[in-house]
Amino acid sequence: MGKRPPKYSAAALVKHGLTRGDWPRMWRRPEMRDSYDVVIIGAGLHGLATAYYLAENHGITNVAVIDKGYVGGGGSGRNTAIVRSNYLTPEGVAFYDRSLSLYKTMANDLNLNIMFSERGHLTLAHTDSALRTMHWRAEVNKLQGIDSSVIDPQEVKEQAPSLDVSENTRYPILGALHHPPGGIVRHDAVVWGYARGADHHGTHIIQETEVLDINVEGGSGPGGKGAGGKVTGVRTTRGDISAPIVVNCTAGWASLISNMAGVPLPITTHPLQAAVTEPCKVFLPTVVVSGSLHVYVSQTDRGELVFGASVDPVGTYRVNGTLEFTEELAGHVLELMPGISKMRLLRQWSGLCDMTPDYSPVMGFTPVEGYLLDVGWGTYGFKAGPVAGETLAETIATGRTADLISSFGIERFTHGDLVGEKGAAAVGH
Amino acid sequence: MIIVPCPNCGPRNSGDLQNCGENISRPDPSTASLVEWREYLYMRENPAGWVTETWYCRGGCRRYFTIQRNTVTNEIRGQEAS
Ligand SMILES: Cc1cc2nc3c(=O)[nH]c(=O)nc-3n(C[C@H](O)[C@H](O)[C@H](O)COP(=O)(O)OP(=O)(O)OC[C@H]3O[C@@H](n4cnc5c(N)ncnc54)[C@H](O)[C@@H]3O)c2cc1C
Ligand SMILES: [Zn+2]
Repeated sequence: MGKRPPKYSAAALVKHGLTRGDWPRMWRRPEMRDSYDVVIIGAGLHGLATAYYLAENHGITNVAVIDKGYVGGGGSGRNTAIVRSNYLTPEGVAFYDRSLSLYKTMANDLNLNIMFSERGHLTLAHTDSALRTMHWRAEVNKLQGIDSSVIDPQEVKEQAPSLDVSENTRYPILGALHHPPGGIVRHDAVVWGYARGADHHGTHIIQETEVLDINVEGGSGPGGKGAGGKVTGVRTTRGDISAPIVVNCTAGWASLISNMAGVPLPITTHPLQAAVTEPCKVFLPTVVVSGSLHVYVSQTDRGELVFGASVDPVGTYRVNGTLEFTEELAGHVLELMPGISKMRLLRQWSGLCDMTPDYSPVMGFTPVEGYLLDVGWGTYGFKAGPVAGETLAETIATGRTADLISSFGIERFTHGDLVGEKGAAAVGH
Repeated sequence: MIIVPCPNCGPRNSGDLQNCGENISRPDPSTASLVEWREYLYMRENPAGWVTETWYCRGGCRRYFTIQRNTVTNEIRGQEAS
């Protein structure tokens, strides 16, 4: 293969407009083979990015990305598309910052406009302890060369004039962590760009095919699974595939897949809800997050306000919207921006999040040879997609854990060596 | 909305209570190895289907109790004080 996917250019647009010809399909629907070098479970952003970098950076193309639904049907098509790198731990900051730099060049690399809007990101503090955490984050960030600083309420008002920064509110704004490189990206475009890129290299994207079991031999657990075992392939609704390497990129469903290999995970699955208003004139220039009020908001280029919150408190695989969410959301958003009380919500939706105890991901090798993890993405896996794919591909290709993810291994839970990211990741987006 | 039956207070909205997660047996801290202890702390089955779990009646009688809940439908059955 080698050559780049066909260009989306102004000339192509004119030509297709005049001839009304069909656009080429972004990816094929290939026949599934009965063996691959690598099987990736989950055709979300993470699975597709991993496949793309395996091909692009390491020439590994005998790869299948298998999904029980369709490309981007999980969290990757449901998120609120916020990217940033102002995390709390040095490991987290280095990791997310690499992702941000991949996002910056992505439109060129994938030849697809991903509409990265680098509009800045504000995390509001309403309490002394929140303000203390913001200062802590700012210092960690600056040490690693990240543009991040604490600003006062007047400066907050300059960044986002619609915010109520008066002292008479129930939760006055005491300051904010300001992170100019943060922003929003068109999430579907990112998924499609990686899918198209991987497909172009010859990778098979197999949709509507559910993985039912992972075949493991020689393990110490029931059925020869678990620690000490070796992966031989997967069983799917379209038959068996043999493969020496199987990667779990299933986010909210990660535990179900990992239990198939006999590798239990430190994960619980919680829904995260989001909502969007009718469009209105653009007035909100940056992303605004309030941890204390459990809400965040940004405005799309079309003028809709996109809201999110914290995960639903009860773990479940059911993704229905709840009245509790809309009620709380409306109350808290109006606390911040009383001016939008007449706006109407258009839609609300929900997706599954794989929450870990320390709010950091679980990546890399496991006690089962050939079975790798890329899970625990909670509510922050969109911004991490590019770097997760890049580092995981490197790990698979070289057989050595990539440096950037060396502290995210599953063994940290047995060693008691957690990477506590809660102060920067809970409701942080 | 999930309605959770507290053995003491009757049916309540789940928001009044706290879900303490799936029941797992606690190893004896004086004999458990570090590995066993940390597995108890962190590893979860997180099944899609019936799970036996503990709830805390935070906004009511403040007792703990056990129920079975289907994590796909949020249907609830059985209930006993724990
Ligand atoms: C409402 C919402 C808002 C969010 N906002 C942000 C944000 O602003 N910024 C941010 O960084 N992150 C955000 N996130 C988190 C982010 O969306 C996820 O972490 C990320 O999309 C995970 O990507 P993924 O590719 O790992 O998983 P997913 O996109 O969830 O893909 C997993 C795939 O696995 C497939 N699968 C599952 N089981 C099987 C099986 N047995 N066989 C085959 N396939 C299977 C599923 O069909 C699915 O397509 C948000 C999430 C939600 C729900
Ligand atoms: Zn009670």
